[in-house]
Amino acid sequence: MPSVMLKKNAEGKLVFYVPKKDLEEVAETVEFDTPEKWGGEVLLSDGSKYYFEPIDGQPDFPVTLRAKRLDSGE
Amino acid sequence: MAALTKEETEALIQEVLEIYPEQARKDRAKHLAVNDQSLEKSNKCITSNRKSQPGVMTIRGCAYAGSKGVVWGPIKDMIHISHGPVGCGQYSRAGRRNYYVGTTGINTFGTMNFTSDFTEKDIVFGGDKKLAKIMTEIEQLFPLNKGISIQSECPIGLIGDDIEAVAKKANKEIGKPVVPVRCEGFRGVSQSLGHHIANDAIRDWVLENRDGDESFPTTPYDVAVIGDYNIGGDAWASRTLLEEMGLRVVAQWSGDGTIAEMEKTPKVKLNLIHCYRSMNYIARHMEEKYKIPWIEYNFFGPTKIAESLRKIAALFDETIQAGAEKVIAKYQAEYDAVIAKYKPRLQGKRVMLYVGGLRPRHVIGAYEDLGMEVVGTGYEFGHNDDYDRTIKEMGNATLIYDDVTGYEFEEFVKRVQPDLIGSGIKEKYIFQKMGIPFRQMHSWDYSGPYHGYDGFAIFARDMDMTLNNPCWKQVKVPWKTDDTSKVAVAAGA
Ligand code: SF4
Repeated sequence: MPSVMLKKNAEGKLVFYVPKKDLEEVAETVEFDTPEKWGGEVLLSDGSKYYFEPIDGQPDFPVTLRAKRLDSGE
Repeated sequence: MAALTKEETEALIQEVLEIYPEQARKDRAKHLAVNDQSLEKSNKCITSNRKSQPGVMTIRGCAYAGSKGVVWGPIKDMIHISHGPVGCGQYSRAGRRNYYVGTTGINTFGTMNFTSDFTEKDIVFGGDKKLAKIMTEIEQLFPLNKGISIQSECPIGLIGDDIEAVAKKANKEIGKPVVPVRCEGFRGVSQSLGHHIANDAIRDWVLENRDGDESFPTTPYDVAVIGDYNIGGDAWASRTLLEEMGLRVVAQWSGDGTIAEMEKTPKVKLNLIHCYRSMNYIARHMEEKYKIPWIEYNFFGPTKIAESLRKIAALFDETIQAGAEKVIAKYQAEYDAVIAKYKPRLQGKRVMLYVGGLRPRHVIGAYEDLGMEVVGTGYEFGHNDDYDRTIKEMGNATLIYDDVTGYEFEEFVKRVQPDLIGSGIKEKYIFQKMGIPFRQMHSWDYSGPYHGYDGFAIFARDMDMTLNNPCWKQVKVPWKTDDTSKVAVAAGA
């Protein structure tokens, strides 16, 4: 369950940063990304997948959330 | 010498690795790479931030060096106690040339060494009492200090002293910030973790001090310069440009910086990060907690300076954008003259770098402005995100080496035959004796500043002065000696 720092970049894409691993990736897709609901599976550009407990409404980016790692992509 | 092709560079790496025993070879192979600009992510080609191999020469420092030497040390109005035996602080005292204004020993303390000077007794019975006493003494002797930081050396963590408790107590007694930093040298694999620990200490013990206090008048143009250590005056040469374009620099982290500036940083509109490696942590924290955006910039060489000024200005309104253009135009004649003078003397020369935090990638542009080419680069303590940012800056088929060993670096140099090497004091004399011009790129070889337009003029002069120095013709390099002396060397070896 890594802590992930999330923010939006200039293009409005989600940037994923895991401090312990120096992992800095742009998220390709986010399962739920509407004003009402956010979270679920997040696919990163390096192919790895993470899961965030869905929440009501958008988080207040930048924010640190806990994620579950689903698939390393390798 | 012509540039190496991709295959040749790969072969060179293999050749250099030959000498290692199998396990070491496997490990070191991961840290050496041929640059490929088409890669987006460095982890496909290079591994970094790993423990160095036993038995090789590495030039890395320790976590204490990262915290005391880099992040905390330059904060000039605080007293930084090197807590533990005397050597760690004394041997590194004032070595980084972080310039500052102030009267040393009265209201600033940058070049002084404060230590608890541990002896056997302190190791056996603990040093907390001594630490408390030192802080009382400091208050008596240097009443104008604005706070104290406790920089732990190795033994502190080993004997289990409770410096946090001592710090809290002292803070109550003297009414100034007292910051315990758990940066014992054995933590992590290099000074890099020391930077992180130091950032976390700032986060936990300093940054919140003025939360809820709105007495500091702000403007929409407030910025903080983060990760500029004012080596030879770098931060000053940077700051003038930012101010000329209309921004207000509220804080300098940490070269020529003060604790008050750090406490005010959460009030700024934008954090400007020069050394990403040592201070991205605190910038990310402020982004999350105070919603202050941050960007990286590069003030080495006119091309990158103009690029950075525009990038910074784009985040503000038109007055600042016009200001940026004005600054660039104002200095154009100056830097054009520098290029006109030095480019013909430096054109086509090839450079190999091996430095720390940001320079292995940041100075590439400045060399290119002078018509030079960087053919090899590497970080002492970089992480993957540093290499991600390096791939695009370097030419294809150039060498990239992480935590390079003394042996590897020498072999690469022998083969690549660069015209100039930029690295640290530990490499300097080896390469000079090999007859290769060398600049010390950590402390600017007692020169500087190199940041900003003013710095670029000095940078160009220094590179020319070193590279075209007639002394190199006087040094007979081993591989150019005639056959008889070669035999003599071989016989003597
Ligand atoms: S490794 Fe330990 S003993 Fe050595 S300089 Fe660093 S803090 Fe001091």
